[in-house]
Amino acid sequence: MTVGYSELFRLVLPEVIVVAAALAVLTTDVLFMRNAGTRARFAIGAVISCIGCVGAIAWMLIAPQQANVFDGTLAIGPQTQLIQISLLGIAILVIGLSIESTFTTHVGEYLALILFATTSMMFLVSTQNILLIFISLEMLSLSLYVLTAFSKRSTRSAEAALKYFLFGGMSAAFTLFGLSLIYGLSNSTNLIRIASAIRGPSLNPLLAVAIVMTVIGFGFKVAAAPFHFWAPDVYQGSPASTATLIASSSKVASFVIFYQVLVIGFAGAEGRGGWGQYIPGWVPVLAIVAALSMVLGNLVAIMQTSVRRLLAYSAIAHAGYILLALISHAQQSFDALLYYTITYALTVIGAFGVVAVVENQIGSDSLSDFAGLSRRAPALSFCMLIFLLSLAGIPPLAGFFGKFYLFASTLNAEPQTLGILWLVILAIAMSTVSLYYYLQVLKRIYIAEPPPQAAPIRTPIVSQVVICLIALSIMLLGCAPNIFLSWLQQAPRIARF
Amino acid sequence: MLAWTIYISFLGVLALLLPKVTPRAARIIALLTAVGGLATTLGGFLHRSDGTMITIIRVPWIPSLGIEYHLAADGISLVLLLLTGIVAIAGVLFSWNIEYRTKEFFAFYLALIGGVYGVFLSIDLFLLLVFYEIAIIPKYFLIAIWGSTRREYAAMKLALYSFVGSAMVLIGLIAAYVVAGGKTMNLFDLSRFPFPLHFQMWAFPLVFVGFGILAGLWPFHTWAPTGHVAAPTAASMLLAGVVMKLGAYGCLRVAMTLFPRGLDSWGFHVLGFGSWRDVFALLALIGIVYGAMVALVQQDFKFVIGYSSVSHMGFVLLGLMTLSQVGLTGAVLQMFSHGILAGLLFAVVGRMVYDRTHTRDLAMLDKMHLYKFIPFAAATFVIASMASIGLPGFSGFVAELQVLIGAWSAFPLYAIGAGFGIVIGVAYTWRAMQKAFIGEAEGTSADHSLPPISIPERVGTLVLIGASLVIGLYPQLLLKLVIPALNSPLFSNLRKESW
Amino acid sequence: MNAFPFISLLTAVPLIGALGTLSFGARNKNFARNLAFSSSIVALALTLVLCYRFDSGSGELQFQELHSWIPAIGVEYHLGVDGLGLVMLLLSAIVVPMSIAASWQVKEGPQLYFSLILFLQAGLFGTFTALNFVHWFFFWELSLIPAFFLIRLWGGPQRATAATQFFVYTMVGSVALLLAFLAIFQCTNSFDFISLGELARNGQLIPALASKLGWHRLAAEIIALIIFCGVFLGFAVKVPLIPFHTWLPPAYAEAQSGTTMLLTGTMSKMGVYGFLRILLPIFCVEMRSVLTHLLWLAVATIVLAAFAALAQNDLKRILAYSSINHLGYCMLGIFAAARFTGDSAALATDKVAALDGVILQMFNHGLTAATLFWFVSLLEKRSGGLRGLNDFGGLRKVIPVFCGLMGIALFSSLGLPGLNGFIGEFLIFRGVFPLATWTAALAVIGLLVTAIFILTILQRVFSGPLNERWSTMPDLSIGERLALLPPIAIMFVLGLYPQLVLGVIHSTVVKMVQQVRY
Repeated sequence: MTVGYSELFRLVLPEVIVVAAALAVLTTDVLFMRNAGTRARFAIGAVISCIGCVGAIAWMLIAPQQANVFDGTLAIGPQTQLIQISLLGIAILVIGLSIESTFTTHVGEYLALILFATTSMMFLVSTQNILLIFISLEMLSLSLYVLTAFSKRSTRSAEAALKYFLFGGMSAAFTLFGLSLIYGLSNSTNLIRIASAIRGPSLNPLLAVAIVMTVIGFGFKVAAAPFHFWAPDVYQGSPASTATLIASSSKVASFVIFYQVLVIGFAGAEGRGGWGQYIPGWVPVLAIVAALSMVLGNLVAIMQTSVRRLLAYSAIAHAGYILLALISHAQQSFDALLYYTITYALTVIGAFGVVAVVENQIGSDSLSDFAGLSRRAPALSFCMLIFLLSLAGIPPLAGFFGKFYLFASTLNAEPQTLGILWLVILAIAMSTVSLYYYLQVLKRIYIAEPPPQAAPIRTPIVSQVVICLIALSIMLLGCAPNIFLSWLQQAPRIARF
Repeated sequence: MLAWTIYISFLGVLALLLPKVTPRAARIIALLTAVGGLATTLGGFLHRSDGTMITIIRVPWIPSLGIEYHLAADGISLVLLLLTGIVAIAGVLFSWNIEYRTKEFFAFYLALIGGVYGVFLSIDLFLLLVFYEIAIIPKYFLIAIWGSTRREYAAMKLALYSFVGSAMVLIGLIAAYVVAGGKTMNLFDLSRFPFPLHFQMWAFPLVFVGFGILAGLWPFHTWAPTGHVAAPTAASMLLAGVVMKLGAYGCLRVAMTLFPRGLDSWGFHVLGFGSWRDVFALLALIGIVYGAMVALVQQDFKFVIGYSSVSHMGFVLLGLMTLSQVGLTGAVLQMFSHGILAGLLFAVVGRMVYDRTHTRDLAMLDKMHLYKFIPFAAATFVIASMASIGLPGFSGFVAELQVLIGAWSAFPLYAIGAGFGIVIGVAYTWRAMQKAFIGEAEGTSADHSLPPISIPERVGTLVLIGASLVIGLYPQLLLKLVIPALNSPLFSNLRKESW
Repeated sequence: MNAFPFISLLTAVPLIGALGTLSFGARNKNFARNLAFSSSIVALALTLVLCYRFDSGSGELQFQELHSWIPAIGVEYHLGVDGLGLVMLLLSAIVVPMSIAASWQVKEGPQLYFSLILFLQAGLFGTFTALNFVHWFFFWELSLIPAFFLIRLWGGPQRATAATQFFVYTMVGSVALLLAFLAIFQCTNSFDFISLGELARNGQLIPALASKLGWHRLAAEIIALIIFCGVFLGFAVKVPLIPFHTWLPPAYAEAQSGTTMLLTGTMSKMGVYGFLRILLPIFCVEMRSVLTHLLWLAVATIVLAAFAALAQNDLKRILAYSSINHLGYCMLGIFAAARFTGDSAALATDKVAALDGVILQMFNHGLTAATLFWFVSLLEKRSGGLRGLNDFGGLRKVIPVFCGLMGIALFSSLGLPGLNGFIGEFLIFRGVFPLATWTAALAVIGLLVTAIFILTILQRVFSGPLNERWSTMPDLSIGERLALLPPIAIMFVLGLYPQLVLGVIHSTVVKMVQQVRY
């Protein structure tokens, strides 16, 4: 359906605000701040960006929209807006953590790119048209490539960006190919119409190819094995705030759109992946991918000595868990997916925040640099304890409930036969393994002795505030998950399922 | 009101995290918290002592999933709360001399206790799991920071084993939750739900073994001796005394009430076993005898006690498998009794002997003739040994008596095997006592001037011995709580014939 | 019933004494000794009062106390005393002060030593009066621990092995006892000795056992026999019967003589008491089914122990084997009394005689053996620790009073008429000859050999050429003579007028024999 420009403007106002903020940051920085110190520039830029994001959030809260325009190009509803608010919130936190960065003098460009990435993610989650999906994906990817390379003085950063770019380009090609096959099969770019077009008694071989290609493309984006090879290097090489952004909001957005493409778009072609109940479709494919991610991510993480790489492999493992939600594709699964990814994103931001402080003050992110941290920075260590235990799934933190909700909703999709039980058992087993390597980090922090003559660590104020805030919210969400859950569930659904 | 046991403990943790707390203040805070927990339990004990289930608090927590914050206590919970309170106080008293990072020690200690209280009070299974897992991390840190032999390895092993156990339980419980409609996690409602037989047949062993790992079920017990030996004294007391009981409690409260048909006969026989009940009873018996035999050949004093814990927990599990009122009562009583006595034994070995002599090697202690220098410790150990081998007059006797009576009708051969285990128990206890305190018959002993036994140690000892003696002489105090609890509707599915 | 808790009071006295000695005796050795001794005298006095108020005409249990203790498993606080119990109480009350007096000079940790003796006494009092198994078992085990420590901490060079052996044997027996009674409880729901005896007499015990313990299709009698074996083992180790006796000689030899007095005077009687109180009433049928084997065991105990005593060189070991031998007579009497005799009045009289003899022998042997060990300890003190048979010679010339008194005790042990040892053995043989003739005949060999080794002692130690080493050995002091006077006097008195004890026990024995008539 067509709408007028003013109508359209109102619908995309949040994104417009964010873009405006980005432009404002750029302008301010280029025109007025050339001679100020990096820190001041970051501070001012951060303030402008945050004002923009907050403005967008406020608009969405005050005037929530619901519309489906241009053949699904823009499909907005309360749940979408909730996701967008989360993305904006994440952006605010990441920007807050980046204030103390010292790796670049191109402050305005950096912050603007973060905001552009956020905008692209906002578009990504609010569309049901494969064209706009691809455009947003590319915009997101390009922003992230550049953000990764931003630390010009670090060879690692350049290497990471190059790997990211090459892998990303290749996977974009896969995605595009897959999506064009879909278009060929269905003669439509709208997910709902695609679904009805490709519905058929058996799996068309072309459809199978399209499914595989799409899965490869999105699998790369979410860092699922065996498409994960970029992740460790990117997490390790890129500047701290970039890595944070990639690990958090990019994951949220990618998973949401992955879910929508598969569950809405390929609605008839799921197949079944239960033990002894194999029917070809994208579910068994995802099941294999999920199993691989969980096993590989957790097992390789055990051997890491760099905390960033450890977090990268843990991210791969978590991607595996989240794929469970896709595999069970029920209404409850989507809620579980949102809860899990958003709390995971928060946790990861906090963890990377701590890593950034340690890198700044002590030197690097290797495990040995964390030795005795609890004596040198008690509050920071306690927050890290919260984050890592939440990742491991220890109650009463948000990660535990997230996992519980995820597993319960997965099994609940087929209560009589407990279809995908084998995968859930694998997930729980691998989750148990993960405690080992998280405890390795905590062991360094709490048990090992700090190096002699070690000075106490001065955490910058903003980082401190952000990290503690996140830790508190993780504890809160863990003890009273209902706060978030009711928000998630009250948002009435747009007719999708 | 009993819920305050949990809250007081965590408030204690918060108090200890405040920046300006000195070691001295930390100890006082910890002691007050522990005493507060026991006082609350005793209050609940006196207030309602007929053993039936009292709901303490029940509010919706996550309504969309049917999860509630539901705490309740019946006779069995009260007994175990009592145990926790007593051992907690004793543990604080025996850790009075810790100087290294005192605040954090007591913070982790109180967190562990709070988690344990929570498990014993939870009726909502999600909540139970939450508290069960909360207890894992403090254990890790207590051992890894303040422990001794191979502490980091032992701590990791213990944490991972516990986590694996709780993962197994998680699978079983989520599956049960889903099969029952995904509407509630309440133990009462789920226990009334008729789960399909084939479902119970795999869910029961899964959950039972999951909890059993923590209870020291053979052959998943290997974390226990390593962990107990490596842990600092107070942690060993808590671990062997209370945390292992968490596992047994879980077996009884969760596995056996949710999936009672899982214990039924399979209809066919494999290697002489006809049901999970046969399997677990045999594993329990093996635990009794194996634990005792291995304890007999240990050279490290603390390992003797560590393996003896495995042996005594075998009695608990055997009692559970008898499925008779007397056997189950005996199992609960043994949980209480062994908790107290294990605490006492570890206190003697760790605090009284090791902290003074800095050796746990029995060959070295043999030469020291300690009974002359620390007679209080020697006497305590003698009394504790007598109690732990089941001497009448102490709590262990009544407990083992009941388990054996129950075992006679269900598994007569195992009863004889358990008797055999008791005899070996006597042997290793007596060997350890003689080597550690009395020493070789010949040879004069050099003069070892050892610091005398301090007041906190004496008080702690008296508390523990007193508890064991009181219950040993008048077990009715606990039995009148446990028996009505076992007769409640919750356990109705377990009752075979008339018990 | 439940009138005045006399027996509880009696049992409490040594407990309080023990706690007092332990707590307050640490500072002052004398205080510890005096307190312990006074406590034992008080206990003796109370026992004598009990004897005075005891009605000898009735064979029933008197001074009964019954309280509910752990209803859930049928455990009651049930005690009472009949003739048998009274005599045992009296024996314990007499031997304990003797033991304390004999250990007056103990050097190390006297407060612990004496308090252990008093704990042991409490255990004895409790064992001899308890009527509910768990209640009884509590005191049975309670007596074990002090004995172990008494041997382990104050004994001779091999004390570690001796103590351990003692402990392990007894423990194994106790566990067997426990298991057997738990099985019985499982089937009959009762721990009470009296009611279990009733059940057995009504023939309901075996069916009860069989119905609940259907093991692998074993016959009911076999099941009952297995249970019987468990209980039998517990007591056979304690008496001891050959072949469960190997713990005894080392334990008696290594322990300080004061301790050995207790062991032989009272603890070994616990085993015989168990046979009389528990095995005979409850398991009479089972005993009958293996009667021949049991009689052979008794004979073996008598004869082999006597021969073994003959072969020893250590005085204490000789006396140890002699103990085994003397208690073998008791066992012979009991086993013979178990034999089925139907309504035959004559045989019933024989059984009464045998059991009379058994109880009398228990009392007499307890007293005599304790006195003998006392003498040995006095000798050891004077000889600086030597107590070999061949270490002495001609002591009669140097310490005549000592030899005279010890001679009296030795003759009593031998069974000389006129001294107390004779009557018991006489009655046993009088009773056993008609009931089990060949066995009695073989047992006479034991009598003969006993005479040989006792006379050997007399000859080698007292008579013969004087060993020059001991020419300056001091004789008994006034205090020692006064202390030894009571036991020696009792030996004469009972030897000439055994009715003193027989009168007390006769009605009880008659009732006992009636109960095994079925």
